[in-house]
Amino acid sequence: MNERSLTMALMDPPYESANSTTALRIISAALAQGINVNVFAYEGAVCLPLKDQAPHANPVKGTTVEEEDHPTTKAFVSSLLAIGKDKLKWVNCGLCVDERGATNVVDGVKRGSPADFFKMAGESTNTLVIPTK
Amino acid sequence: MTRYIFIESRDPFESRDTRFVGETAIAVKERGHEVTIFLVQNGVLAARKNAARLDHLTAAGVALLADDFSLRERGITPDELAAGIQPSAIETLVDAIVQTNTKAIWH
Repeated sequence: MNERSLTMALMDPPYESANSTTALRIISAALAQGINVNVFAYEGAVCLPLKDQAPHANPVKGTTVEEEDHPTTKAFVSSLLAIGKDKLKWVNCGLCVDERGATNVVDGVKRGSPADFFKMAGESTNTLVIPTK
Repeated sequence: MTRYIFIESRDPFESRDTRFVGETAIAVKERGHEVTIFLVQNGVLAARKNAARLDHLTAAGVALLADDFSLRERGITPDELAAGIQPSAIETLVDAIVQTNTKAIWH
């Protein structure tokens, strides 16, 4: 195995846990080092690339959408896919997607099953599972 | 010899089971393996010298790294870290976990 590769299983939904931020940082750093990354998004993590996410204004502070400049996980995933090109594969668990109606995802996200995770893990230098608490 | 990277994301003052990670790290180290604990997110709260939570790990030869981003988020400066704990970039963690014969365990 000459090329280094990392498979990650993510489970946390967006905007719930710092785990998502750390996972995205790890993916970004790995891609910057030329490492192939496979992501298997399971359970709530299939909502990370949901296209329907929208930044919002803050009526309490009286700030606009632009002033708030909220980051969205869909934008992070989309950017990582654009940066990684063929070095990043993102697979959403199909059953988890169907349960949540989370089908409208950013371009480049694939649908798969735990069998894909098993295959990706077997072909990778290492696998990191980030479970929910 | 196998390399073990434990990634501790939990605050020891909130999660009692962080103790299990430390005990496991020492047990693995005693069996002759290379062990690193990478503290991230609220896990870095244990890295402060005033917390005095991890001295037994450094004494046992376990390498301790604290994510610099998580430290900055929580206003913890390098001079507040306990002896033997090094601030570390996420790139260091990535490089460590894509080595062969390495096990990465998230907690």
